[in-house]
Amino acid sequence: MSEEGKAQGVGARLPRKEDDRFLRGRGQYVADIRLPGMQDVAFVRSPLAHARIKAVSIPDHVRDRVFVAADLDGVKPIRAVSGLPGFKPSEQPPLAREKVRQVGELVAMCVAPTRAEAEDIAALVELDLEELPAIHDMRRARDETASLVHEEWGDNVFLETLVDVDIASAFDAPIKVSRTISTARQCMAPIEGRGVVAHLDRRLDQLCVTTSCQMPHIVRSGLSECLGLMEERIRVVSPDVGGGFGYKGILLAEEVCLGWLALRLDAPVRWIEDRREHLTANADCREHHYEITVYAERDGTIRGVDCEAIVDSGCYSAYPFSACLEAAQVASILPGPYDFPAYRCRTWSVATNKPPILPYRGVARTGVCFAMELALDAVAAAAGVTPEQVRLKNLVRPEQMPFDNITRKHFDSGDYPEALTRALKMIDVDAVRARQKAGEPDGRRIGFGLSIYCEQSAHGTSVYSGWGIPMVPGHEQAGARLTPDGGLELRIGAHSHGQSLETTLPQVAHEILGIPTDRIRLVHGDTAMTPYSTGAWGSRMMVMTGGAVASACEELVERAVAIGAHLLQADSSDVRFEMGRVVGPSGDIQLSEIARVWYRRPQDLPTGAHGGGLEVTAGYKPQRDSGTFSYAAHAVTLAVDAEIGAVEILDYVIVEDGGVLVNPMVVDGQILGGLAQGIGTALLEEMPYDQAGQPLASTLGDYLLPGAAEIPAPRIDHMETPSPYTRFGVKGIGEGGAIAPPAAIANAINDALRPLGVEMLASPVTPDRIVEAVLTARAASPRERRDAA
Amino acid sequence: MKAARFDLVRPRDLAEALDLLSAPSGVVKVMAGGQSLGPMLNLRLVEPDLVVDISAIPELRRFERAGDTLVIGAGCTHADIEDGRVADAGPDLLARVASGIAYRAVRNRGTVGGSLAHADPAADWPTALLALGAEIELASREGRRRLPLGAFLTGALSTALHAGELILAIRIPQVSPSAGFGYVKHARKIGEFAHALGAALVDLDAQAGRAVMGAVDRPPIVFEDAGVLFGGRIGPDIGAFDRSVADEALKAAGVASEAARHVHVEILRRALAQAIDRAPSAARAAA
Repeated sequence: MSEEGKAQGVGARLPRKEDDRFLRGRGQYVADIRLPGMQDVAFVRSPLAHARIKAVSIPDHVRDRVFVAADLDGVKPIRAVSGLPGFKPSEQPPLAREKVRQVGELVAMCVAPTRAEAEDIAALVELDLEELPAIHDMRRARDETASLVHEEWGDNVFLETLVDVDIASAFDAPIKVSRTISTARQCMAPIEGRGVVAHLDRRLDQLCVTTSCQMPHIVRSGLSECLGLMEERIRVVSPDVGGGFGYKGILLAEEVCLGWLALRLDAPVRWIEDRREHLTANADCREHHYEITVYAERDGTIRGVDCEAIVDSGCYSAYPFSACLEAAQVASILPGPYDFPAYRCRTWSVATNKPPILPYRGVARTGVCFAMELALDAVAAAAGVTPEQVRLKNLVRPEQMPFDNITRKHFDSGDYPEALTRALKMIDVDAVRARQKAGEPDGRRIGFGLSIYCEQSAHGTSVYSGWGIPMVPGHEQAGARLTPDGGLELRIGAHSHGQSLETTLPQVAHEILGIPTDRIRLVHGDTAMTPYSTGAWGSRMMVMTGGAVASACEELVERAVAIGAHLLQADSSDVRFEMGRVVGPSGDIQLSEIARVWYRRPQDLPTGAHGGGLEVTAGYKPQRDSGTFSYAAHAVTLAVDAEIGAVEILDYVIVEDGGVLVNPMVVDGQILGGLAQGIGTALLEEMPYDQAGQPLASTLGDYLLPGAAEIPAPRIDHMETPSPYTRFGVKGIGEGGAIAPPAAIANAINDALRPLGVEMLASPVTPDRIVEAVLTARAASPRERRDAA
Repeated sequence: MKAARFDLVRPRDLAEALDLLSAPSGVVKVMAGGQSLGPMLNLRLVEPDLVVDISAIPELRRFERAGDTLVIGAGCTHADIEDGRVADAGPDLLARVASGIAYRAVRNRGTVGGSLAHADPAADWPTALLALGAEIELASREGRRRLPLGAFLTGALSTALHAGELILAIRIPQVSPSAGFGYVKHARKIGEFAHALGAALVDLDAQAGRAVMGAVDRPPIVFEDAGVLFGGRIGPDIGAFDRSVADEALKAAGVASEAARHVHVEILRRALAQAIDRAPSAARAAA
């Protein structure tokens, strides 16, 4: 391979191709679309969290511009059923019928030439609601049945699960540490919210729905199920998408409503989510509650972990991931990167009068990492060893790889202790502890925190089929077509909404075909033009779509070699393919020349040439579909001002292993973005609800997101242990950056405040919570917490 | 959300603006930078019939020195003050306060008069300007009047502004060369409204000072004589600061949470420490 070629293939730090349009403000988002005669939609949303709908009054003069549930003839509710035993399904009507179950639930749809006028109409619609007691607390939702989100269930539990691997064997351990740990309900907050434009394409007789989403093919299936249209009559387009993170991995009631309305009016209609709808009405994430007990030997060796976890799943099961993905993941991945012999985990996915929750970057891993890593620091304190000692004792070791853990997760490769050791060295833990001991001139307290996680990613059929949800990933496909002048078009059914696939997939194609990446185009986000895919989720695209692109390109090579050998008048066995050309014993021929012959001079082709020509759709599945395991060790040094609760991150180190990196710069970008979100989870972001189920953060003045000033410049080190199962040895890394920071930061805050007798166990760790805990600890002395030792 | 329908006028001079305000038909709102009113219109928290945009009135963008008083037009933006296009009341004093307001994009449009008229208790100018002993000058078609800022701010989001009146200017006494100004803002992130504000002006030579606690759910709490926070007279030793006096004032103001009071008192203490530290004092130099 030439030096020039190396600079564009797998492993190159190629600048992002998509940045040219994004940085110049030339992206094309849903809200940029203008269709002739397009009308705007505003929704009348429920002002109450839980109520019976007695009447919806619409003034006569706007009656033909307002639509309610009774108007949506034949439209079926959104149903995302899990096949797990005991799962109770919910039915989400696109416009509420009989009851509303959350603030912001859609009740009526108003259409007008502009959004402001549609809102004027919405203001005229009167709702007569009979308020019911709101269920806002997940623990009470689990235990009480006085008020029910779905009456027909008899309780408020979507699903209860239990895993028990010999937990009784750990009960005699000398150290027993129990903690109550929780993560707040959050909003995902991509810069671009949701948005839908729907119209009828009369020529193709297709309902065309353009929507800011991560999984256009899944949305098509969902629309088909709800609208009763066959799938070939629906086209879903996802244009440029300004961030997803899981928020756009759902079939929206708004999408169903707009699809119906476009057909009903035979006119283009659009709805653009505003930030208030986004924050108060649409899906949330992350709300977990843990009662966790760790049993350990005196040296910190874990004997067993016993946990009860509740996930507040909100009022409806979201399509396609369902209301139980999050809690099911809690049970299966709570053990994280540790090897121990006994485990019990009971989980409840409960229904409350809040919006549904969706898997946010990291999904349940951020919550379980927070629970496990905070509990491990408590174990270290009880055992009188350092946090790194307790982790090194219990991490899965490299010689155990591949390793099946206690929940039968199959770790493909890696050296976890090495990642931790490197992180300790990079941050110079000895110097940090010396500084901590010396004290700060300004009176702030230095804290040091660690966390380690593993991220199962790109997990496939064998993992998802057991859940029986509306979406099970199989083979991932990609189309590759050489153009007559030697360029390449790639078609993928997944979607890039920030992951840099327009850069990294051409790098994969370049690695195989040698075509310069600026001659490679990525076509994505359109069901009419791409192979089926379950879409962008689960850190799967580099493994799955990258693998599919490689397979398609390899098939193209075979076809090109057959033609090239003929043109070189050589036997196929005497030629080889090398960086964009077929090389024979007496000469070579460029791929572009082979393309020219196939398309423009077919008379020169061999008889019996493959009729499929230079266009291929190929599928890919790794040798094992149980997923790749990327991982990282995060270490942070911070300063806590205990009097006002302020936290300043002084140093942040990440040692990450994502297998072979296709583009290390893109991986750095993924880690940075994830870290920013992780800092939001750790310190800032919270969507509080009052007892009536009213959301209390309705603007970004109340819902705090980290900005540039809140994000440190982390130092990142890469290990590259190849996965033995995937093409090129790549692993999925898209979510990892957001998993570890809350735990590392909370552990560091606890390290700083431990001398004061303070331990913070709920995210976000806000100044108010710190000050309250410090004052409480000062008032209550001696310390109340006693861990058996 | 999008604003409900309203009419917009943009008068070119003060007289025209005051005429518009004096004979309203329906609800009138004055818009300067629009950094608070804009979101309120979009959220339909206010639905005026008429919005009077005063950003094109030259009289409101002026500043001048009148003897020992700095007079800043109400329409000067935070960025005008931050960048020094408007004179300061002392070395890097108003400029420092201005530079900490929200984000630069907000500072480019938001005005000092707009901030005072909105009277958000968590905003910077009410607290900072109270510590500096500012007055506010109001104009209507009937004439002009001046009020101490403390009398102007009557409650959270409420002022003594009459119908038909505009804020014309803010009058700030020039800070004595022997005084130090302290200003501390506590927020969870840069750009956020404050959770606690402390401002103090201390003259060690005169053994005098004024101290203010802001971001409570009412107008800022002013200690006209900061000596009460030091058991009598204010001196160079911040160690003499008596937390209980400030804590009692917060209790009287209805701040129920002990943790919130703790933070407010601590922020005030730090503002005072900063002011003492910055006060060029012969007494301290000798010490």
